[in-house]
Amino acid sequence: MLLLAFDTATPAVTAAIGETDADGAFTLRASASSVDARRHGELLAPTVQGLLAESGLDLAELDHIAVGIGPGPYTGLRVGLATGHAFADALGVPCHGVTTLDALAFATRRTEPFLALTDARRKEVFWARYDDHLTRVGEVRVDRPAEIDTEGLPLIGDGARMYTDALGSPAVEPYLPDAAAMAELALLRLHLGEKFPEPVPLYLRRPDAVEPGAPKKVRQWVK
Amino acid sequence: MSEPLILGIETSCDETGVALVRGCELLGDSVASSVDQHVRFGGVVPEVASRAHLEAMTPTVRRALDNAGVALSDVDAIAVTAGPGLAGALLVGVSAAKAYAMALGKPLYGVNHLVGHVAVDQLEHGPLPKPTIALLVSGGHTSLLLVDDLATSVISLGDTVDDAAGEAYDKVARLLELPYPGGPPIDQAAQRGNPKAIRFPRGKWGDGTYDFSFSGLKTAVARHVEDADRKGRPLVVADIAAAFQESVVDVLTRKAVDACVEHGVRTLVISGGVAANSALRALAGQRCAEAGIELRVPPPRLCTDNGAMIAALGAEVVKAGLPPSPLGLATDTSLPVGSPLAV
Ligand SMILES: [Zn+2]
Repeated sequence: MLLLAFDTATPAVTAAIGETDADGAFTLRASASSVDARRHGELLAPTVQGLLAESGLDLAELDHIAVGIGPGPYTGLRVGLATGHAFADALGVPCHGVTTLDALAFATRRTEPFLALTDARRKEVFWARYDDHLTRVGEVRVDRPAEIDTEGLPLIGDGARMYTDALGSPAVEPYLPDAAAMAELALLRLHLGEKFPEPVPLYLRRPDAVEPGAPKKVRQWVK
Repeated sequence: MSEPLILGIETSCDETGVALVRGCELLGDSVASSVDQHVRFGGVVPEVASRAHLEAMTPTVRRALDNAGVALSDVDAIAVTAGPGLAGALLVGVSAAKAYAMALGKPLYGVNHLVGHVAVDQLEHGPLPKPTIALLVSGGHTSLLLVDDLATSVISLGDTVDDAAGEAYDKVARLLELPYPGGPPIDQAAQRGNPKAIRFPRGKWGDGTYDFSFSGLKTAVARHVEDADRKGRPLVVADIAAAFQESVVDVLTRKAVDACVEHGVRTLVISGGVAANSALRALAGQRCAEAGIELRVPPPRLCTDNGAMIAALGAEVVKAGLPPSPLGLATDTSLPVGSPLAV
């Protein structure tokens, strides 16, 4: 089973093609990542093109698409999702959502509890607590770093690295998600028959928009 | 065989538009609008528009294919708006277009939204004479263009130096406590009013340029309202709307006809959302007739943002043999009109 995974929810643009055999054994066919927070829209398609060239595969051979649903700053995040939806529509294959923090957590292979945090801008982080690399406890949240009870646990992700002082502990790697881990996690879930989240962005904030107030003056209009 | 089948994708503002075009023939299209979600904010909220584009993108592609009675595999090339427009909104369409192009193994063309507004007229009235003058008027643009060739030669003669014409309508509508978008309610109110009841200024009138300015007009309307307040005079909405509208369409049509005469052009195209305005159509028709100019206005559903305009321009770009855009194509929020094809 061949799967293409990519994520644009953080400053990284990361993509990978993974494969599993009938027993669920995973092989990474190709992967590539670059970091440029402002150029997700330019980088993703050429990155995928590069993976295909490197692996000698054709898009038509893919069985599944997996795409990071964030959370992450929205403009970049939507590049991955729009790409995933269109690939799935054109190729006639399913598109699965993977929570970006879950892919980051999976890459650690940790067997003890830890927190994963990514930059949410506006001096906040997206974060979640994990019992181990496969098990998230509760929902992903958005908070100011100083408000988070870290319980003295290891902290992974660029959100941990940006706010070491406020969090009170040093950050450990990985800092950014890698689609190689996302592909492996998605293929594992497929092998186990687990459900995926919908491939729609995890918007943890409402759009910034202010409704104009009522007119200040009451006027006599001749309509 | 016939001309290539072009899939056009447009997401520059608040409409997700997809269409299939072959040459000058529109085979089918679909538009999903998020305008209802912006009404309570009195203007387009970029993040709201971007969220709506992502939700609507693939379903709109499917509806357009169904309406056209063609399969995705029949498509020969993909055209997408690369700019100008809202950054986050453009990015959804361009990302989807790249993925469709890659999956189908077909070329991708990132094209200019403004030139698309002109190209769309070919779907209704056939090939445009060369050259043509085009007046684009909408909530986002007010441009006067000299179009020698849709794919390769479009020159900007003038633009608004402040608000777009449609933006002025929205702002004045809010002042008159009329709903958003402001074009239709002002047009309706104006039909019952006397345009000579109030004399509002004509921005950049007779200044020898083809530029426009509407912020002074908007301020004049605001001043008129405050003045009437102070003096306890009644505010006659119909008269204010009619006088405002007359000021807008007088300058627009005067400059457009002057441009045709100066450049010896016999055809004027008026497109964009404001092209649906009845006063603009009437005055442009009258002045074009007087000057012996053919006036072409696409039907209202093709004047507003849609995928057909992008597919129509894509068809021209393919016909001109221009090279496809790279997969690394960037969106350009201020893509100049002189670049029908983004590079
Ligand atoms: Zn437009």
